Amino acid sequence: MKWMLTIVFILSAQVFAIGGDVELDHAAVDLHDKASLQRGAQLFINYCMGCHSAQFQRYERTANDIGIPNHVFEDNLLFGDAKIGELMKIAMSIEDGKKWFGAPPPDLTLTARLRGPDWLYTYLRSFYVDESRPWGVNNTVFKNVGMPHALMELQGEQRLVCKHAETADDLHCDSFEVTENTGKLTNEQYDMAILDLVNFLTYLGEPSRLESNRIGVYVILFLIIMLVFAYLLKREYWKDVH
Amino acid sequence: MSEQDDKKIDKSRRRFLIGATSAMGVAGTIGAAVPFVGSWTPSQKAKAAGAPVRIDISTLKEGEQIIAEWRGKPIWVIRRTQQMISDLDQMVDVLLDPESSNSDQPEYADNLHRSLRPDILVLTGVCTHLGCSPTYRPEKAPKDLGDKWMGGFLCACHNSRFDLAGRVFKGAPASKNLAVPPYSFENETTIVVGIDKETA
Amino acid sequence: MLKKVMPWVDERLPVTDSWNRHLGKYYAPKNFNFWYFFGSLALLVLVNQLITGVWLTMNYNPTEGLGAFASVETNIMRDVKYGWLIRYLHSTGASAFFAVIYMHMFRGLLYGSYRKPRELVWLVGMFIFVCLMAEAFFGYLLPWGQMSYWGAQVIISLFSTIPYFGEDLAQLIRGDYVISGITLNRFFALHVIAIPIVLLGLVVLHILALHEVGSNNPDGVEIKQRKNEKGIPLDGIPFHPYYTVKDIVGVIVFLILFLGIVFFNPEFGGLFLEAPNFEPNNPLKTPEHIAPVWYFTPFYSMLRAVTAPLFGIDANFWGFMVMVAAIVVLFLLPWLDRSPVKSIRYKGFLSKLFLALFVVSFAVLGVLGLPPNKLTAWMNLDTRTLVTQISTVIYFSFFILMPFYTRMEKTKPIPDRVTYK
Repeated sequence: MKWMLTIVFILSAQVFAIGGDVELDHAAVDLHDKASLQRGAQLFINYCMGCHSAQFQRYERTANDIGIPNHVFEDNLLFGDAKIGELMKIAMSIEDGKKWFGAPPPDLTLTARLRGPDWLYTYLRSFYVDESRPWGVNNTVFKNVGMPHALMELQGEQRLVCKHAETADDLHCDSFEVTENTGKLTNEQYDMAILDLVNFLTYLGEPSRLESNRIGVYVILFLIIMLVFAYLLKREYWKDVH
Repeated sequence: MSEQDDKKIDKSRRRFLIGATSAMGVAGTIGAAVPFVGSWTPSQKAKAAGAPVRIDISTLKEGEQIIAEWRGKPIWVIRRTQQMISDLDQMVDVLLDPESSNSDQPEYADNLHRSLRPDILVLTGVCTHLGCSPTYRPEKAPKDLGDKWMGGFLCACHNSRFDLAGRVFKGAPASKNLAVPPYSFENETTIVVGIDKETA
Repeated sequence: MLKKVMPWVDERLPVTDSWNRHLGKYYAPKNFNFWYFFGSLALLVLVNQLITGVWLTMNYNPTEGLGAFASVETNIMRDVKYGWLIRYLHSTGASAFFAVIYMHMFRGLLYGSYRKPRELVWLVGMFIFVCLMAEAFFGYLLPWGQMSYWGAQVIISLFSTIPYFGEDLAQLIRGDYVISGITLNRFFALHVIAIPIVLLGLVVLHILALHEVGSNNPDGVEIKQRKNEKGIPLDGIPFHPYYTVKDIVGVIVFLILFLGIVFFNPEFGGLFLEAPNFEPNNPLKTPEHIAPVWYFTPFYSMLRAVTAPLFGIDANFWGFMVMVAAIVVLFLLPWLDRSPVKSIRYKGFLSKLFLALFVVSFAVLGVLGLPPNKLTAWMNLDTRTLVTQISTVIYFSFFILMPFYTRMEKTKPIPDRVTYK
């Protein structure tokens, strides 16, 4: 009975995980990879923070956690009169955001916890040229997305490739093709860059994760040792009971 | 649990197991208290608010005072005149601790003028008696303070008096000189309070 | 030292007497099994919730707009040292509380712990359960995220389905025309002060009532009926040290599981912390799926099981009533069970069958109340509704038919003494 419950308990977290309708690519995030986090932070601050804030986190915390010395961070990644102790807010007002994009660009501090790394990884690689949209791009993961492809200068112009299967009506649009020499990065480099960005966003969503894992190991080990003594104590006393 | 059972009880084993389990329980409780006590240390927000402040002294004229704020306390910056600096020597008789041996200042301000540069005085403007903020009184021998007054600070709360190096007068309720915060010069006209050469 | 001090204290405050009454000379049956860990574990989780809760209020800020959300995500989760740990202990603790309480209640069902003379223990326990549900509901609004807002919206709207005065009642609860900072402030007050005080009082009553009549056991035999010459039950052992050392083992095993989740998977796959709640509340945009946290889903499913209006009143109202009835019927348990024996060990086949069906229906209702997931992916909307309805009927038949099947079936003879090894 006890073991059955334990197994149910451990499995349940996996079984109930809620899935969406689009098939997502797996993002192999690694919070220990500081270099990747630093590249991700650079991308985030240079390309995303024009419109999106990360207003629940401070610059200083970010710099310290991903291993960028404060003065280096101040010189390269802080713009305007922002101070390192401040929250990662942006200059764009909610009203302007509404006016320009229809809805204010959402804050991205927690986006990785809201959507999941896989979703972000797939989404950021699924923009394609669609002249019918206001920003000239659409997205297969987020239909009729309201934002431009902010990383187009890196990726280049990506087009959705549609193929006829057996019959003429059976049109499948499920692969992409990037027009050559339109972006600064190759496909592989772009995927790596997005992985860095998603890695950083995952960190940003829960900056305490690594600390938590580290402390957790010691706590559980301590309890397991204590369990041995407590169990022996129990067995010793229960020798009295017949 | 009859008497026969009692003989079989291995008392030393019980004592050991009780001791071991209790010791681990105590250690565990202390460990559990760590996050709760730790959460009372100043948060990132408090630290950001207490970050070093820059004070521009390019417009500060001789004999004038600027009041800035650092960690919720008033920070005074005064550009002393040559006269004020030379007057400091003559105060010794009326001061309680002219050498500042019993007061709080960084090492580099542990000198006669209690400052990095003789002309620029930086002080924490909080009376060492009960925490009121004294008033800057640079004028010489005003009516209320008598002929001997060479300029200084007067605390309105309990009449503690300090000279132009923040040193307390004898007979005042305050018993310590005004504190000097850690500071440094970023350049000729900018003071950074909260960062000095030692902590930088 | 203690020998001199204690008599002095005891003349003024019954410390030794209370210790003996509740621990040192409280004789509990010696045959407690696995299911008897959950009472003391519930107490442990309660203490955890109180302490972490107090610490959370030190940095939480119940203000509308982004205020409350930012105080959780910036202050608690990022700025305050170990704030994240204290919050995860509290959020995981909420789920652990219900997990432990459901096991504790199931133990009661298994061994007839609600039967005479323990009716009041059960009733007080049920009031604790209701308080706990209120506490969880009020607390869930406080992070002020999307699920906080819309979850509260749905539940408060239930009150507005009541004919005549429902709309006014809902408004009275909100204190506004929509859920606003006013609602947030009163929920905060109720969550951190009012309900915890009631809860603590009820827990004291629960334990006092239990220690007055003595604990039941897996055999459902009253140990007080067979005592030795000193008046001590033959099958009883003092709670301390025997059950304290045993419960310590239970506590450590529980802590390994609990802290494992706290440190390594506090979201628990979206069951303990729901993803939409990582987005600040937005009254203009409803999340794709609104679902309560797992511990409410069985009751939430029953709400949705009713799809037809009756007597000209909206189906929503009747759904609400079914949900209320599902909890009320639990209160009546001591008087529904007419079996001559207490424990499932000596009850007949029908009792076992109905109990099993009840457990399955409760679990199925729980899973169906969650947002669409791997377990329910194969069902379409109509199938889901049908399965929900069947499960609801099974849930209620367990109770309503109980007076009949417990009398009809043939029970096994009860032993004189408890069975132990």
